[in-house]
Amino acid sequence: MELFLQTLIGGLLIGGLYAIIGIGMTLIMGVLGIINLAHGQIMMVGMYLAWLFWMAFGLDPYLSLFLAVPLVFLLGIFLSKYLLYPLIEKDSILPENQVLMTVGIGMVLVELARFIFSSDYRSVKTSYSDKTIMLGNISLSWPLVIAFVIAILLTLGLFWLLIKTDLGRSIRATAQDRDAATLMGISSKRITILTYGIGSGLVGAAGILLLPIYYLFPDVGPIFTVKAFVITILGGLGSPIGAIAGGIVLGIAETFGATYISMGYRDAVGLVIFLLVLVFLPGGLKQIFKI
Amino acid sequence: MEDKNKKSPFVTKVELGIIAFAIILPFIFDSSPYFQGLLIFVLMWVILGTSWNLLAGYTGLVSFGHAAYFGIGAYAAALPYYHFHISPWWGLLTGGIVAVILGYLLGIVVFRLRGPYFALGTLASAEILRLIFGEEEWLTNGHNGILYMTTWVSKYPYYFIALILALGAIFSVKFVMRTKAGYYFLSIREDEDAAQALGINTKKYKNISTVISTFWAGMAGAFYMIYMGFIDPEVVFALHNISIITILVGIIGGVGTIWGPAVGAVVMVLVQELFRSSIFGLAPSWVSGMHAFVFGLLVIFVILYMAGGILGDWDLIKKKLKFSRKVETSK
Repeated sequence: MELFLQTLIGGLLIGGLYAIIGIGMTLIMGVLGIINLAHGQIMMVGMYLAWLFWMAFGLDPYLSLFLAVPLVFLLGIFLSKYLLYPLIEKDSILPENQVLMTVGIGMVLVELARFIFSSDYRSVKTSYSDKTIMLGNISLSWPLVIAFVIAILLTLGLFWLLIKTDLGRSIRATAQDRDAATLMGISSKRITILTYGIGSGLVGAAGILLLPIYYLFPDVGPIFTVKAFVITILGGLGSPIGAIAGGIVLGIAETFGATYISMGYRDAVGLVIFLLVLVFLPGGLKQIFKI
Repeated sequence: MEDKNKKSPFVTKVELGIIAFAIILPFIFDSSPYFQGLLIFVLMWVILGTSWNLLAGYTGLVSFGHAAYFGIGAYAAALPYYHFHISPWWGLLTGGIVAVILGYLLGIVVFRLRGPYFALGTLASAEILRLIFGEEEWLTNGHNGILYMTTWVSKYPYYFIALILALGAIFSVKFVMRTKAGYYFLSIREDEDAAQALGINTKKYKNISTVISTFWAGMAGAFYMIYMGFIDPEVVFALHNISIITILVGIIGGVGTIWGPAVGAVVMVLVQELFRSSIFGLAPSWVSGMHAFVFGLLVIFVILYMAGGILGDWDLIKKKLKFSRKVETSK
């Protein structure tokens, strides 16, 4: 029973982080209509930026959120403005051209990181990296708890943005119907570019929150890209609430897979869920909860 | 008028020239096994790229998991050797067939999906296979991989086997695209619902396309095992190094053209090796770290400015070159 609870809570905490990775992806999918296969690679850029600030100025990773996330946001703006948006108007044999572009972007980012930082494993060892807090007989990793709390704050902030502000309404409108939104006077170009920036910033933040408990190397990204689209499909395309549910379900399923099946199948659990959802519940959790 | 309606010959003169050139090529580099090795890799990518192109470029099923078929082909050659000491050479018989069976089984799941969902479904299936083959050590020796002493030191036999496979792949695609099935593939790519409405059994033709495509991918995998003599799941089921590069080879050369993937394979290996060797030692050594980076930039450039790939947009490229030449001469 203790093992069960420990696994459940561990999964929940990591699920909170997965949720913000997934929300970023789902926003991009909703507005741009593409799978962003550079998602994890953009996260990797955020992690390296935070690591760099930590090495150079001894800046705590949680503080560098304020510095690195805006930079990742700008990177996202740049990528979408000059590389992704121009493709929307272009005609080509394969409609997947934008997706392939994100593959190219991801490749360039990884190789750039490998060139600058080499393939060595890095980590940020803070004073609280190994700290745990005990809740009865269940131990919780302190950085993971902080990460969970910040992830919730970020999610709340994002929902405030989406529901209360003009920008958020424009984003939701564009996601629902691009043409109708344009007719209502929304600049769909501006929204498209901004959305990619916001999605990038979110996943960058997730990476920085992971930094104290995870290793950093140029190829850290792809596995998170895979997780991100698993979450998105699980939650239902373009639904931020679905992405939260999907993130938490994935987090819990993975930790249970790791505890009760085998550590090596941790990453396979998500993929199997993913295929099952695609076939049996194509709308994702959104379809069940109608949100 | 009559000439136009007449079918062009199955093997054109240009193609005969290319084949003849490909036969002579290894003898030109007789003294350099390094270059011969590169040529063999080009041919391997030609097989994989052509296989992907039939499925994605002609039938519109953009697979992001071709590593699944490549890997299963490689293991079809390797596993009987590992367990029963049956020569991996039988893989050239079984590799393709096993890949076709896998393709059919995966098709049951992924053919329900369309567009981006299909892409993700294929990607996920390849990743699942990679994890299974890495974990089940009793079956596959896990991450330690399977080792086999290659039969010959000389590269010639491997080169010609690869050449036969590559030509087989290219001309089987060319052949099928000249039959009625080929037109059905194109109609599925352009509009699957419309094709179905016109009475085309889309499921059947998607399966036919998959059979041909996965067969060649499996053969490429089996060949890889025989040639390299070593495989492990991280290599043959690799998401980036196999699945993604296969797509990029197709994109650069030209999606939906017969010889596009061949051009893409040549360009890909050329660019990578040029930079890996620091432009043959002429450039400073840090350049060698940039090979994948430059290839990535090339991909971005091609998608932005030549959506049809080098062969697909050949007329456009020719026009631009001609135009600039005219400007030069007029000065």
